[in-house]
Amino acid sequence: MAFLSLKDIAVAYHQKNYILQGLNLDIEKGELVSLLGPSGCGKTTTLRVVAGFIDPQEGNFILDGEDMTKVPVHKRNFGLVFQSYALFPHLTVKENIAFGLKMRKMDKAQMEEKINEVVEVCDLKGLTDRLPKQLSGGQRQRVALARALVIEPKLLLLDEPLSNLDAKLRIQMRVEIKRLQKKLGITTIFVTHDQEECFSISDKVAVMNNGVIEQYDTPENIYSRPKTEFVARFIGFENFFDLTKVEEHQYKNQNGDIVKVDNDDDLQTCKGTIRPDDIEIVTSADKYENLISGEVTVRTFLGKSYQYEVDTSIGKLVVSSSSEEVYKQGDSIQMYLPANKIVLV
Amino acid sequence: MRKHKGLMIISILVFAFLFIPLIIIAVTAFGSEATITFPIHGFSLQWFVNVFESESFMSSLLLSGEIALLATLLALLVGVPAAYALARYSVVGKKLLKSFFLSPTIIPGIVVGYALYQYLVLSLGFPVFESLLLGHFLVVLPYVIRIVGSSLDQFDFAIEEAALSLGCQKGQAFFKVVLPNITSGISAAFMLSFINSFNNIPVSMFLTGPGVTTLPTTLMNYIEYNYDPTVSAVSVLLMLATIVIMFIVEKTLGISALAK
Repeated sequence: MAFLSLKDIAVAYHQKNYILQGLNLDIEKGELVSLLGPSGCGKTTTLRVVAGFIDPQEGNFILDGEDMTKVPVHKRNFGLVFQSYALFPHLTVKENIAFGLKMRKMDKAQMEEKINEVVEVCDLKGLTDRLPKQLSGGQRQRVALARALVIEPKLLLLDEPLSNLDAKLRIQMRVEIKRLQKKLGITTIFVTHDQEECFSISDKVAVMNNGVIEQYDTPENIYSRPKTEFVARFIGFENFFDLTKVEEHQYKNQNGDIVKVDNDDDLQTCKGTIRPDDIEIVTSADKYENLISGEVTVRTFLGKSYQYEVDTSIGKLVVSSSSEEVYKQGDSIQMYLPANKIVLV
Repeated sequence: MRKHKGLMIISILVFAFLFIPLIIIAVTAFGSEATITFPIHGFSLQWFVNVFESESFMSSLLLSGEIALLATLLALLVGVPAAYALARYSVVGKKLLKSFFLSPTIIPGIVVGYALYQYLVLSLGFPVFESLLLGHFLVVLPYVIRIVGSSLDQFDFAIEEAALSLGCQKGQAFFKVVLPNITSGISAAFMLSFINSFNNIPVSMFLTGPGVTTLPTTLMNYIEYNYDPTVSAVSVLLMLATIVIMFIVEKTLGISALAK
């Protein structure tokens, strides 16, 4: 059995508006798992169920073989980092970090030792006598992390911890979090709406939508093999077209043309999808399969490439092209959809 | 900023309208004649001496202070938890509760005073002091709930949750991390409540009895029979006290916090 396991969790407000419904999630010891999804998908609610701030109407939360569903927050011993960091404004950095240890009635010498250790790890030397308002965003973030880690929690729960930082610092901090997490081997749940952040940091990703997990897999698999249309759209697939199976690896589109697909998921009717970057614009007829022609309707300059919206017989396709050749509105172009880039959902 | 002449003239007129009576009162307190006259013809501090030597002024001053202090503390005891609950939880009928707590500011004080007099003192035979205390408590409670409430509205409750996750129980968390961060709101509420209770007339007017008369009531009674500058002297002293208190509020929290 998994180290952490959420079983059939349901959360509803006023007994009827379900935020989570039949949610299941297993996390192995030492893993960093992200909950990814748009706002309102239930990712923060899931985290708050694990933290103990929300009592689920149904279901159980098992940790290390122990049913934690009814254990109050203050007895769970989980480290939390909030989006706003939630440092205690009236206490110094050192007092913030010591807070959890004081609650555990740890003796002075041992406490001092633990604090020094975590101050070292989180790179907070020289800042311990400051108040939170005298710190920069990144420093506050590290104090919040130190405060959560010093109690040696069974779980580390991070609720959008990087979203208040500027872009450069965000990348730096996520590497830092990953490094700390691996070093301490602490099982971690990370809530985010930023897919790049999520992919870079996680061992596994749970993509959530409308209170359920749509797909739970490694970042690589989610990126290249989304299982549902929602997941595909969320991670950057833009072109969807109806397909019907003809035989193994061969599908028919709505015009009756054959589309070859490498990743055959054994679906009879489904949608094929492909990223704008993966469609190639071809000029000479050196490819003979998965070709489609259309007329350029909108051209947008993206810096390193142009993006075209193309009207075709199977609907609008979005194509990114960094080739020398630039097309304008009204041009007819041929596009090649590589069979190994088409995903079925 | 662009200066607007017309606006400036109107502002000056309004301020003059507000302040000139106060200035006149303050000046008359130092007059040497036995009636309130303006302008004064001689300088004297005898009316201030009069205030401090008057048995009724001094005892009612003490009573007013006592009532204001007790009513304010009582209101804090009830109002802080109420404001906390209103800010923290989605209570059913939250809006209704909020307006209920604020209703004493909507109902005229004179009605509150009369109602308390009628039911507590006359019908139930409640002692006057306790009734007076209750009346003042009702008058100041809305101030406490509003001011502490606005302090709590700016409080990030994730801080409380962080304390819980670090091993605090709910009650403990309130005292360890919530209370220390709303102290400015609480002290503002304390001072404003105190001033309000201390200056209150409508409620106190009804709830008065032998040995239980607040300073403003004593002042009013005094004016009915005497027209000497003692009253002006008391007014100057009260204004001074209020200015000092407001100054402290401004320094700790900012006057703007009271306007919310």
